[in-house]
Amino acid sequence: MQLRVRALETVLAEKGYIDPAALDLIIEAYETKVGPHNGARVVAKAWSDPAFKRALIEDASKAVVALGLLNRIGDHLIAVENTPKLHNMIVCTLCSCYPWEVLGLPPVWYKSAPYRSRAVNDPRGVLADFGVTLPPGTDIRVWDSTAETRFIVLPMRPAGTAGWSEDKLAALVTRDSMIGTGLPKNPNEVA
Amino acid sequence: MDGIHDMGGMHGFGKVEPEKDEPVFHAAWEGHVLALQRAMRYADAFTIDQSRAAIEELPPDVYLSSSYYKRWALKLENLVVALGLAGTDEIKTGHALRPGKTLKRKLNAADVPNSLTRGSFARPAQAPARFKAGDRVRTKNIHPVTHTRLPRYARGRVGVVEAIRGCHVFPDTVAIGKGEHPQWLYTVLFEARELWGENADASLKVSIEAFEPYLEPA
Repeated sequence: MQLRVRALETVLAEKGYIDPAALDLIIEAYETKVGPHNGARVVAKAWSDPAFKRALIEDASKAVVALGLLNRIGDHLIAVENTPKLHNMIVCTLCSCYPWEVLGLPPVWYKSAPYRSRAVNDPRGVLADFGVTLPPGTDIRVWDSTAETRFIVLPMRPAGTAGWSEDKLAALVTRDSMIGTGLPKNPNEVA
Repeated sequence: MDGIHDMGGMHGFGKVEPEKDEPVFHAAWEGHVLALQRAMRYADAFTIDQSRAAIEELPPDVYLSSSYYKRWALKLENLVVALGLAGTDEIKTGHALRPGKTLKRKLNAADVPNSLTRGSFARPAQAPARFKAGDRVRTKNIHPVTHTRLPRYARGRVGVVEAIRGCHVFPDTVAIGKGEHPQWLYTVLFEARELWGENADASLKVSIEAFEPYLEPA
């Protein structure tokens, strides 16, 4: 594929459509700047600041921009909150829609046939693949990203983290916990 | 189209297998494919839904046996040819043989930081919203041969409008070059039993983001 993609890139550059120097910067940005650490900051802030959490649930695009972590963010970001009675999970059954600005590029499994096929009819089975079992009595809500709205899960703040700084809280927030296929880390893992 | 891409609820694909410490890209060319896609979208060479439709039109065996970024690469080749932006002879030889067309703009290095954000898909409303939160709706039983964002598993099903998400570009028309025709977008929530039958998990609900033309009152 290396040669085939290089051929395509050369044609598009020679045609004047693209600038190879810009391509390198895009690749670098996705490798280094855009990633789930951004989402983790958002979650840690929501755990620490009730007013921010309300704003996030009300309009996540607006709230995240106001946080100033990213220079710009898309218009249609929606935060969905986990509670002791409800666990949220995000999928795109039709392609690979994913909140890039806050989570970076999606992992291979998110784009894979097993996840896309099963998330909507067997989310507990999917969770088992990730080694996650929800407490009895927890309902599941799956959000299929079939339009340009994008979803991020606001996981529950782990017990035993009273008084923690946002930086320390952010270290508990895993990518998968913001997709809904995982839970935040145990405080013992980062303390 | 009722293609292999529409995977919700299918059986037989096996377990989800997360990769430990997964790299952003598994080979250098994957990053280049992503960047090519971003740069061509910035140039407005094609819309996001034209791009999705071109992936959906890959033969099912190719779709299933290709990695994600390989699908993107094949899609890009097909799309630039279909749109007359390059010829198959040029892609085969790896060099431009004729001058390019004029695109809306070109992504330069200095513009990259601001290009990383998705554009807005919201558009001014053409008419009042037909439904409101709490309304019972039935999704239409449609099977267009062209691009649609109503997944098969949620066609002809009764759900409840949970939220109105504004008025957005309509994928079904923009994908086939017939204009944006903005439509109201709703989050519609279904009981798993409505989608998967009486033996389904009673504690599961699934929502889709549904454009107004997909819905009728129930």
